[in-house]
Amino acid sequence: MNDKVTLMKGNEALAMAAIRYGADGYFGYPITPQSEVLEKLEEEMPWETTGMVVLQAESEVAAINMVYAGASCGKAVMTSTSSPGFSLMQEGMSYMAASEVPALVINVMRGGPGLGTIHPSQADYFQACKGGGHGDYRMVVLAPASVQEMADFVGLGWDLAFKYRCVSMILADGLIGQMMEKVVLPEQRPRRTDEEVERQCPWAVTGRTGMRPKNIITSLELDDDIMEANNLRFQATYRLIEQNEVRYETVDTEGCDYLIVAFGSMARIAMKTMELAAQEGIKVGLLRPITLWPFPYKEIAQVAAGVKGILVPELSAGQMIEDVKLAVECKVPVEHTGRMGGNVPTPEEVLDALKNQLIK
Amino acid sequence: MENNDIIRPENLVYKKPALLNDAHMHYCPGCSHGVVHKLVAEVIEEMGMAEKAIGVSPVGCAVFAYNYIDIDWLEAAHGRATAMATATKRLMPNKLVFTYQGDGDFAAIGTCESIHSCNRGENIAIIFINNAIYGMTGGQMAPTTLLGQKTATCPYGRRADLNGYPLSITPLLAQLDGTCYVTRQSVHKPASVRKAKAAIRKAFENSMAGKGTSVVEIVSTCNTGWKLSPEKANLWMEENMFAKYPLGDLKDVESKK
Amino acid sequence: MKSEIIIAGFGGQGVLSMGKILAYSGLMEDKEVSWLPSYGPEQRGGTANVTVILSDERISSPILNAYDIVVALNQQSLDKFESKVKPGGILIYDSYGIHQPPTRTDITCHRIDATEATFEMNNSKTYNMIVLGAVLKSSPMVSIESVLKGLKKTLPERHWHLLPLNEEALNKGAQLIKD
Repeated sequence: MNDKVTLMKGNEALAMAAIRYGADGYFGYPITPQSEVLEKLEEEMPWETTGMVVLQAESEVAAINMVYAGASCGKAVMTSTSSPGFSLMQEGMSYMAASEVPALVINVMRGGPGLGTIHPSQADYFQACKGGGHGDYRMVVLAPASVQEMADFVGLGWDLAFKYRCVSMILADGLIGQMMEKVVLPEQRPRRTDEEVERQCPWAVTGRTGMRPKNIITSLELDDDIMEANNLRFQATYRLIEQNEVRYETVDTEGCDYLIVAFGSMARIAMKTMELAAQEGIKVGLLRPITLWPFPYKEIAQVAAGVKGILVPELSAGQMIEDVKLAVECKVPVEHTGRMGGNVPTPEEVLDALKNQLIK
Repeated sequence: MENNDIIRPENLVYKKPALLNDAHMHYCPGCSHGVVHKLVAEVIEEMGMAEKAIGVSPVGCAVFAYNYIDIDWLEAAHGRATAMATATKRLMPNKLVFTYQGDGDFAAIGTCESIHSCNRGENIAIIFINNAIYGMTGGQMAPTTLLGQKTATCPYGRRADLNGYPLSITPLLAQLDGTCYVTRQSVHKPASVRKAKAAIRKAFENSMAGKGTSVVEIVSTCNTGWKLSPEKANLWMEENMFAKYPLGDLKDVESKK
Repeated sequence: MKSEIIIAGFGGQGVLSMGKILAYSGLMEDKEVSWLPSYGPEQRGGTANVTVILSDERISSPILNAYDIVVALNQQSLDKFESKVKPGGILIYDSYGIHQPPTRTDITCHRIDATEATFEMNNSKTYNMIVLGAVLKSSPMVSIESVLKGLKKTLPERHWHLLPLNEEALNKGAQLIKD
């Protein structure tokens, strides 16, 4: 057996991957179903080894503003929360986007709206991909479908955040967070030194080392023309991300009659549906968006060209389906199925939906 | 004799701190902010911390503090300055990290962050300007507005039954185990300016020595919001504000030793 | 080869940790594994269940509606999951407190006296290992050696002295399966 393979929960993998990445800080507030992230970090005591700061904040509001500060200092900082907590964080999300600082934010979604349930949901898709906070901004949204991806997307999220000076989000759900699977963690990297941070992030607030010109991180700009120019710069970055960073996975899409487009835990369930469908001689393929923003519009359109219909199962009333419809421009029937409020459909239910809504 | 004959180093009795730049301040004539800005700049300079100082500015009149004092700055969301300072100091313990906040920022919308940062004993300094009114947004009621005081949102005077009582927050903070130094100062007279400067210096030194959180409340005037001349505003402050917010040290852990 | 299993019972019966041990045993044999608990307040005193999948290939859904093996450790769980056993699958249930035994005839039902066995072993903490022993006897998806290896990997060293007791419990459980 490979010694590097371990078994852990998705939430624990997030924590371990952060330490291994050489993260500088985690600031968070406990909320089910992702409290294991903070618990694992406190158990591991990375401040004794890598020097990573771990702090249980007084609220999600405080936590996200701590992340905002850390990101403004050029540090690799993160928070994790679940849906109600992420709603509280929207202020900080908007400010970070406006200030063009790199940060990693994790939402392990639960059923809403309101306090809702503690069970899995994907109903924060709109909030993550279409805004959430005020103003025109985007963030990279990564949707892991396995514990391994929980670990891998921590590093990927930070790499993209630093590359584009944007916020990266890992949008998982309670199922991926609570599930244990095999995982290989990345090798331990050292944290960047102060000099490395200043070289990589010359814009960062670090104190005026060598009396360089002062750095200010602010989201305030009262001159409308300058603020518009800022917005144009943000949008230019977003277009660049759209060009370069679309990620997705396809399974058995070659020659399939029907296509399922699903992300995260729902994609896993859909893969079982495909096994069941194959037993009945129905050829079903899967396209799993890995980046929910930027969304794989073109890639879906290409696969859709050869199929009779598309099913979009989601743990919501149907949110990503709007993007799938945009992708295929009404050329192919697109149907939604799903459960809400923390309920998860079985693979059989998804197969029934495929038959009833598309095959008929 | 020409002006330039007088402006010579040997005649110099007062100098603007180098960290305070020549940008035109947006503060109203008579406002306390300008004086406190100068003190902050002076203290940082005198401590030799210009390369290590990081300020966190609030939402409120002092939002543009970063335009006037030439150090690195973070501009916080409304009320979140101490949360930002917390992370900044923890991630870079060798820096001098302070917040500069008004009464609305510190004692209304940011109360939760203010209390918890103090309670955790973050090694930061907090400069808290209490002028009992919201200056930037046009003179609305602050948490610290006195009973009977007229503002845009209590135009007939603050009433306890309608608006609640003025919040005296520093005594609350003095009770917390995390604070090492809590003091109330003013800057309306030369002597008070000197005392306020000493307080700010002490707060900054505490922060670098890792002693915990220091809070320097500056009971201030807002002559525009109060609709008084600068001179009358000072008198009004002495007569009314000092009764509710008496000056002096509320806590100094050092002095007990 | 793939085994899709659900273990259900009361919170406190060691349902989740039994699933974990099974998952670790699969890991020891280089299998793909998934472990998905019911989580939240229901863990505390209510019903608890855990889905464990061991497979030679990539695992698709960690959440299922039909199982190769259902382990039901109280009447509620038996009522809920009897219908979820795949035709030809296995249902193992603890006889203790069962007043309505399963009725299906298209599956193999094993009634085990696991609670009583803990009395014989004089140690109620061996319960879930006894049940696991029975499960592995009825469907040897992993070896007992792998279970013990997995246990050793997950237990802190100060608890290693309990390994022989666990092995004894596994064997005891195996004897509860009558062919």
